[in-house]
Amino acid sequence: MAEEAVKLREDILKGADSPEILGWLEKPYKAEIELKGKISRSLIEEISKIKKEPDWMRRLRLRSLELFNKLPMPRWIIGIEEIDLEALAHYVKPEGVERARDWDEIPKEIRKYYERLGLPELEARILSGLVAVYESETIYAKMKEYLQRKGVIVLPLEEAVQKYPDLVKKYFLKIFPPSDHKFAALHGALWSGGTFIYVPPGVKVREPIESFFLIGRQGEGQFEHSLIVADEGAYVHWIEGCSAPRFLGYSFHNGMVEAYAHKNATVKITTIQNWSRNVINFNNKRGIAEEGARLDWVEGSIGSRMTYVYPSTILKGDYSSSRSAVVTVSKGPYIKDSGSKIVHVGAHTRSKIINKSISAEGGVNVYRGIVRIVRGAKYANAHVECDSLILDSKSKAHTFPHNQVDEPTAMVSHEAKTGRLSEQQLFYMTSRGLSEDEAKSLIVLGFLDEIMVELPVEYANVLHKVVQLEFSELGAVG
Amino acid sequence: MSGLEVRNLHVRVAGKKVLRGVDLKVEYGEVHAIMGPNGSGKSSLAYTIMGRETFEVEDGDILLDGESLLGLSTEERAMKGLFMALQDPPQIPGVRLSTIMIAAINKRLGSTDLTRVRDPSIVKRMYKLAEELGLTRDILQRELNVGFSGGEKKRSELLQAFIVDPKIVILDEPDSGLDIDGVRKVSEMIRGLTDQGKGVLLITHYARMFKYLDPDRVSVLIDGKIALSGGPEVAKLVEDKGYAYIRSQYMARRG
Ligand SMILES: Nc1ncnc2c1ncn2[C@@H]1O[C@H](COP(=O)(O)OP(=O)(O)OP(=O)(O)O)[C@@H](O)[C@H]1O
Ligand SMILES: [Mg+2]
Repeated sequence: MAEEAVKLREDILKGADSPEILGWLEKPYKAEIELKGKISRSLIEEISKIKKEPDWMRRLRLRSLELFNKLPMPRWIIGIEEIDLEALAHYVKPEGVERARDWDEIPKEIRKYYERLGLPELEARILSGLVAVYESETIYAKMKEYLQRKGVIVLPLEEAVQKYPDLVKKYFLKIFPPSDHKFAALHGALWSGGTFIYVPPGVKVREPIESFFLIGRQGEGQFEHSLIVADEGAYVHWIEGCSAPRFLGYSFHNGMVEAYAHKNATVKITTIQNWSRNVINFNNKRGIAEEGARLDWVEGSIGSRMTYVYPSTILKGDYSSSRSAVVTVSKGPYIKDSGSKIVHVGAHTRSKIINKSISAEGGVNVYRGIVRIVRGAKYANAHVECDSLILDSKSKAHTFPHNQVDEPTAMVSHEAKTGRLSEQQLFYMTSRGLSEDEAKSLIVLGFLDEIMVELPVEYANVLHKVVQLEFSELGAVG
Repeated sequence: MSGLEVRNLHVRVAGKKVLRGVDLKVEYGEVHAIMGPNGSGKSSLAYTIMGRETFEVEDGDILLDGESLLGLSTEERAMKGLFMALQDPPQIPGVRLSTIMIAAINKRLGSTDLTRVRDPSIVKRMYKLAEELGLTRDILQRELNVGFSGGEKKRSELLQAFIVDPKIVILDEPDSGLDIDGVRKVSEMIRGLTDQGKGVLLITHYARMFKYLDPDRVSVLIDGKIALSGGPEVAKLVEDKGYAYIRSQYMARRG
């Protein structure tokens, strides 16, 4: 059973072009509520009313809307102009679905997606908790009982807003303010669905908690929000996964992750992104690390038409640290625009950025990382490693690292490598009896080795298999 | 005919004509040595037999056990039993020496998972052969040809030839860069290949290996043509008189 679950995950992840297992979308699951059209005050009020939100949240949304209207379209984004925001459904509530604690409570048309992905089995076997978001709503959230006794909270964010308003208010849109840029503001206005995780002081959640996001229709905007808080000395590993069946039009994902690692806490965030090729994927990810805390990101970005993702950490407290490893694969005429951002504020803070990109069949990868060391971040130390692997002459990788160091005692080092697979290397590998695609898959796996070891075994196996299949079948399926 | 046969091979690379009508045979259980000055086309011949795409066959044929290989890709030729040890193998960052050997073996066992060891005895064999070839075990875990010394590259190429177990082994200067003991060891191992019934096409500049492996045939390639072919006495002639002499003799014969 468990084997099968992993196998299913492999299958879904393997179809990087468009998750094969979910296949073509036949008929989207019926929506109970669907809000479309101009992003206006009344639309925002409507969403807030549906969610029966407290006034502070309603006002937060409206303030975000004002910012959205005021802020200019970011100039650094390419390709996003084709999104017609007015044409998207900004809020889609699947019919007859309330948040479930049991898979049986979920309509089978929706459940089948998650079952094909093997999530219920993974949950039983290796996860501390699981949250499932479908369209704009969280349809499932559950965690292991012993964690509940320890005071751990794993809830849909909306539920947390009702039950723990003070806790949510302390962090929500404070780590990533909507004033940052237009899409952050849009997210603040339209956010819906998502995860709230709170781990009390000293509690260590050994097994990861996963959230899985599905978009089940075209012409949709998904704006889920995840808020992960580890109190003093706590430990939590959160995994997010995303997928969508194939559809004809595009959908727009504009999610946000906010993370807070209090004193001496550890927060690890792992993302395996495998949207279908119709999804334009925009992410806003930021965390704050207090004294002695650690905040780590691992991002594996495989699917989507375009992805914009920049895991960011503010090392606020002295001796806090962050490690951010981002892997992007652009195979085919797709774009991945990524880059970790670290701001060193505290003294003796340490960070390491590892960025690995793979470009094939006309794919484009862009790295745009930033290391900022503010004055007073004494003896801060940052190291950046950028490796690009380009598998053919049609594909490209661009690297635009940016360092801003205002502290004389700080140390920043940077290494960048670009490897283009040569005809000679390919000949050499094929002369051993491998096909070109097999050769490429071995080279790609070797390239990713150091990231694979970071992942829980189940996920490393999945990624390993995905890559092998992805490149073994280049051209074979067409 | 069984074994490898090259007939009237004309080849061009990057617009330049490098082979002008080469004929040769490698039968199973024999070593056919090819000598020739720098730039005469020896490596080009090896690459063309192996099907490297940049080498364009303009005329002639290449046959394995009487079957033409011309329409086949490098991968397919390798799977049919050809193996080439390169004169200067490229670095493959990220791919370990053991990884490529395991992949090559798995492929031949018909496995779709190239990375998992299917037959544990293979690992033992890799260790044993590495040792015989004078390689330390840790090289198996190193990235292919990255930072390998000249001699380590040669030995690692030969190691792969043994592991893959082909029918015909093409060795492009397996002795260059080897120390004296290495030349001896490698020569004996090459003889071991023919003892297993494989055919060996051995490209070399020096007759020093012949002491240990006693080639069955020796041919001299000059300006993309076989200028002289015969037994070990040909090697002696090359050593004594040099290529200029052989070239002039050849020209005289052709008139
Ligand atoms: N890819 C290429 N592009 C252009 N010229 C090439 C290419 N490959 C080979 N040549 C040329 O073809 C000729 C034959 O080269 P080849 O490598 O076959 O010689 P060789 O006999 O193996 O020489 P050596 O003893 O130095 O190894 C040389 O003049 C070489 O420069
Ligand atoms: Mg040569």
